[in-house]
Amino acid sequence: MALAIGCRAKPGKSRDNKTGSWRVFKPIFNHEKCSQCGLCQTICPEGCIHEEEEGFLNPDYTYCKGCGLCSEECPSEAIEMKQEEK
Amino acid sequence: MMEITEGSHAVAEAVRLCRPQVIAAYPITPQTHIVEALADMVANCKLDADYITVDSEFSALSACLGASAAGSRTYSATTSQGLALMFEVCFNVAGMRLPIVMSITNRALGAPLSIWNDQQDSISLRDSGWIQFYAEDNQEATDLHIIAYRVAEDFSILLPAFVCFDGFILSHTYEPIDILSQEDVDKFLPKFTPYQRLDAADPISFGMYATPDYYLEFRYETDCALKRAKGVIQKVGKEFGTMFGRDYSALVEGYRLDDAETAIVAMGSICGTVKDAIDEMRDAGKKVGLLKIRVFRPFPDDEIAQALSKVQRVAVLDKDISLGSKGAVALEVRDALYKTGIPVKGYILGLGGRDVRKKDIKEIVSLVEKGIGDQFFGLRKELL
Amino acid sequence: MRELRIHGRGGQGSVTAAELIAIAAFEGGVYVQAFPAFGVERRGAPVQAFVRFDDKKIRKRSQVYEPDYIIVQDSSLIKDVNVFQGVKKGGIVIVNTEKKPDYKVPEGVKLITIDATSIALKALGLPITNTSLMGAFAAATGEIKFSALENALNHRFPKDLAVKNIEAARQAFDTVKRSI
Repeated sequence: MALAIGCRAKPGKSRDNKTGSWRVFKPIFNHEKCSQCGLCQTICPEGCIHEEEEGFLNPDYTYCKGCGLCSEECPSEAIEMKQEEK
Repeated sequence: MMEITEGSHAVAEAVRLCRPQVIAAYPITPQTHIVEALADMVANCKLDADYITVDSEFSALSACLGASAAGSRTYSATTSQGLALMFEVCFNVAGMRLPIVMSITNRALGAPLSIWNDQQDSISLRDSGWIQFYAEDNQEATDLHIIAYRVAEDFSILLPAFVCFDGFILSHTYEPIDILSQEDVDKFLPKFTPYQRLDAADPISFGMYATPDYYLEFRYETDCALKRAKGVIQKVGKEFGTMFGRDYSALVEGYRLDDAETAIVAMGSICGTVKDAIDEMRDAGKKVGLLKIRVFRPFPDDEIAQALSKVQRVAVLDKDISLGSKGAVALEVRDALYKTGIPVKGYILGLGGRDVRKKDIKEIVSLVEKGIGDQFFGLRKELL
Repeated sequence: MRELRIHGRGGQGSVTAAELIAIAAFEGGVYVQAFPAFGVERRGAPVQAFVRFDDKKIRKRSQVYEPDYIIVQDSSLIKDVNVFQGVKKGGIVIVNTEKKPDYKVPEGVKLITIDATSIALKALGLPITNTSLMGAFAAATGEIKFSALENALNHRFPKDLAVKNIEAARQAFDTVKRSI
C-alpha cells in the first residue's frame, strides 16, 4: 500500500487495537462494596470503564490492560486485581 | 504599474495579491515592515484574511501549520532567531506536506546579537524540506512570492517555500517595482484547493508516527517531491514570464558567462554588485562571469554543472558558514562540479551586515586566479 | 551614476527625504534607489540615508562611499561626524544652518548653506527640515524638478500638510536659486 501524503491517517486506531490481550492482572469489580463514586471511570487511562443501568461500574475487558490504577484508587476497596488464567 | 516602493511593502502587496486566508507572524527586525503592512491591510478590509497575533515565532508557524492543515492558504514571515525558534515546526510543516509560503528577510544569527544581513538563517534550515528561493532585487522578491504559492500548492509537490531576500539591503530599500494587478495575479494563481484537509465530518490526522518500517520511505518521498519541484518551478516560472514579461524559469542564471574563464557563484542581493564589478573587469579585459543561484532547494546541481562546464575556475561567495567546515553554497557547488575537476574556491564574506563592494569582488577574482581561497574574506586583521 | 548622502538625526525625516527625492527623480525618468543606513533608529542619534540616480537599472547594493551630493540636516553633526567624507570633486554640499560656516568643505566642492529650520518653523510650525532641504536640493542640483517634488509631497501627505510642506520646499528652492 502506498504511503499517505503528509503521513495522514484516519481516526479509530485505538479502537482497532484491542489492548485487553496485554493483561496479566484482571480487575474484578465487587458491586456490593461499590459506592458508585465513579473515580475508577475518571482515572482509567484506557477510558474503558462504563456505567451500567443501576449505576454500577464495569470495565470493558476487550480494552482493559490490567494496569490496576482503578483498584489502587478505589476508596471502597471494591476492585480486586486477580491474575488471569490464559 | 511601476512605483517607488520599499521592498518590505512591495512584498506585503504581493502577498495581499495572493489572497492568503490566514496570516500568523511575530514581528522581528528587519521583517517588521512586511507584517505591519499586512496587519494594516487586514484591519482596513483591504485583505480578507484572519491575522492571528501570537506570542512567538514558534506559535506563529504552529498556527500556520494548523490553518494550512485545515485547508487555508497561509502566510508567515520571519528572520534570524525567529526562524531558529521555528526550527521544529519547519520540519513538521514539510513532513505534513503543507504548502505554506514564508518570507525570510535574511539576517545573521546570534550570538553576538546582530540585526544585520547575512544568509545564515535560511541556509541553516536547508535540510528541513522547504523550497528556498533567493531574490536579487525587490522586483524578484515580490514576483517570487506569487510563483512560490503556485509551486508549493502543486499537487505533485505539496511542500512549503521560503522566499528569501536580504534584510535591510532589500527589505528597507526603495526602488522602482512593477506591482501586478489583482486581476492578473488571479489569472496566474487560482483559488487555493487543498489536497487534503482537516474536516470534522471526515476526520483525519496529519504527521502520524511512522515506525522504523515506514519512516525511511516518508523521507524518501519528501525528497522526491522536493526534487520534482525543479520541473514545476521551471514550468511555472516560464508561465509567469509569458504572462508578465519577467521569466523565472531558470533555477540558476548566468551573466556574461559564455566565454568566461572565471565564474563567480552567488545568491541574493550581492549578485547586483557582482554584475557591476564584472562589467568593469570585462572593460579591463578580464573574462569573468556570474552564476546566480535563485533556487537553493531543490539544489540545481545538474544546472550548475552545465552552466559552468566551460570555465577554468569558480569562486563561490557564501554569506554563511557551516562552522567547523566551509560555506554551505561552496560545498554544494563543489559537489556539483566534482566530476569536471574544475577547481572551486569558497569565500565567506558579508557576515552580520559587513558591506561588500565592487573592489572586494575584484580582489576575490584575483585570489581565485592565484588558487587562493576556502577562507574568510575581508577580515579586519587589527581585531584578531 | 550619481549618489546622494543625507546626514540627519533620528526623527528629522532623513529616510522620508531620501524616499521622496527618489520618487520625484523617478518621475523625471531616471532609475533610482533609496535606502537608510541600516539599524540606527533612535530619535536624535546621527543617521544617514542614501539615494542613487542613474539612467539605467541600478544593481549595486553596497553603501555610498563617494557621494556627488551631501545634505546635512543639522549643522551640529559636523562636529560629531565626518559629514564631508568621500565627497567627489565637483560635488555639492547643502548644509542647514543660519550661521556663516566655520568649517571647510574639501577643495572643488560647492557649499550651499540655507536656514531650513527658520523656513520650516514659518511654514510648518515645526522644526522638521527635510521638505525644505528637498527644495534646496532640487534647486542646487537639478536632479529633480520642483513640479515632481510637489507631486511626491501631495502623494505622501494629507492635503493641508502637503500644502505647508510644498510652501517650505518652495521657499528653500527660491532662496537657493537666487543664491546661485
